[in-house]
Amino acid sequence: MSRWKVSVDKSLCIGSAMCVAIAPDRFVLDERQRSGPVEAEIDPDELVRDAAASCPSEAISLVDADTGQPVDLD
Amino acid sequence: MTIESSPVKFTPPLPGQPVPEIGTISGGRPVFRAELPDGRIAWLVSGYESVRQMVIDQRFSRALAVAPGRAQPGFEMSAAGSISGTDPPEHTRLRKLVASAFTVRRVEALRPRVASIVSQLIDAMAGRPQPTDLVASFSLPLPAQVICEMLGVPAADTSQFHAWSDAIIGDWQRDADEIMTAVTELYGYFGTLIEIKRAQPADDLMSALIAARDDADRLSEHELTAMCCALLIAGHETTANHINLSLLLLLDHPDQVATLRADPELIAGAVEELLRCTRLGGLPPSRVTTEDVRLGGVTIPAGEQVIPLYSTANRDRSVFIDPDRFDVTRDAASHLAFGAGVHHCLGAQLARVELQEAFRGLIGRLPGLRLAVPVGDLEFKPGMAIHSLRELPVRWGES
Repeated sequence: MSRWKVSVDKSLCIGSAMCVAIAPDRFVLDERQRSGPVEAEIDPDELVRDAAASCPSEAISLVDADTGQPVDLD
Repeated sequence: MTIESSPVKFTPPLPGQPVPEIGTISGGRPVFRAELPDGRIAWLVSGYESVRQMVIDQRFSRALAVAPGRAQPGFEMSAAGSISGTDPPEHTRLRKLVASAFTVRRVEALRPRVASIVSQLIDAMAGRPQPTDLVASFSLPLPAQVICEMLGVPAADTSQFHAWSDAIIGDWQRDADEIMTAVTELYGYFGTLIEIKRAQPADDLMSALIAARDDADRLSEHELTAMCCALLIAGHETTANHINLSLLLLLDHPDQVATLRADPELIAGAVEELLRCTRLGGLPPSRVTTEDVRLGGVTIPAGEQVIPLYSTANRDRSVFIDPDRFDVTRDAASHLAFGAGVHHCLGAQLARVELQEAFRGLIGRLPGLRLAVPVGDLEFKPGMAIHSLRELPVRWGES
């Protein structure tokens, strides 16, 4: 199974900390309370998928590292 | 592990009363045990860092806090199993069903409709004799109309479901039977509506949730009903009273109103400042520790009730300069009025858009807007967990 590339668009992030609460090992807040991934490329992780699907500002991008296609969030 | 022998007596301040300085109620400790007005003992968490850390941490459980027999008397009694009363992974499953309807992008698309409702309500107000009750003519119908259209509930039923909603958002003084009767009646109301929607689906959130139930079995029938009830209640009571309390704060600061009238571009930032400064409720929903947790220099044992005091976080001087000053031009966006973590207010973006359009309309179209009675004559409904004004009589224009 191919790996996922995780990124957070800090210009969209509203600092809800939803992702940090759902997947505390995968996301971290900066000093401005904006989120970012702990690691930019990860093995598939359902909690990261949940975090992306739950993000109120759709700031989290999940992409298949091999194909470059967006990962299905459902 | 230290547990203080005598808990601090704590009564949440009313609107207009100052928020206690962080630490002064507790002798400098951000996390402390307190005796609440209903006699319960709980840990209170104050200050920005401790509050934020707590609500993001899954070791503080909502499910345990609202478990049958454990729930605080009042609005928490009906929260078990609902989106506000579950932890991951159950919470994540429920939240994902509705998250996409409340994203920044989806809610922004509703802005023209919200602005149009604001405009219609102000048109109607302008045609009536003054003084006018803002609660009945504006603050309540605006969010009620918006959430009704989103969900697919007839807005004509507002007065009916608003009465149940008032009872359900009760505090500890409210009779438990009265709350549970209102819950049963609201569930019955939605039970009928859901059957109607099942037969005739429409382009609304209730139909989408019914499809998620019937086509994909992603939630139970009870969860479906509970979700509709939660969205309806959370979708109108909170915003309605936020409009009221925000207006009171603005009317107390005419210079700030003048600033906004001169530059309507400031409205979005002003709404963040209003969210930071306004206290919608008394005691926020609690959590219960799943294990011993170290927070703010103390160890909270497993199984204890813990309450985050968001108002102290929003007045934390290490985060907000001169925090007691109301300043519509400051950057207040990091406030915790919507909470944080998995229970970050689902409707936060919708509330923002409604508040922005509400104040754009009220300030822009009703110059001279003012209270028609002395502020001391305003009455809050007794026994409610949020500060709900009975009436807000206003005048505008030349006196």
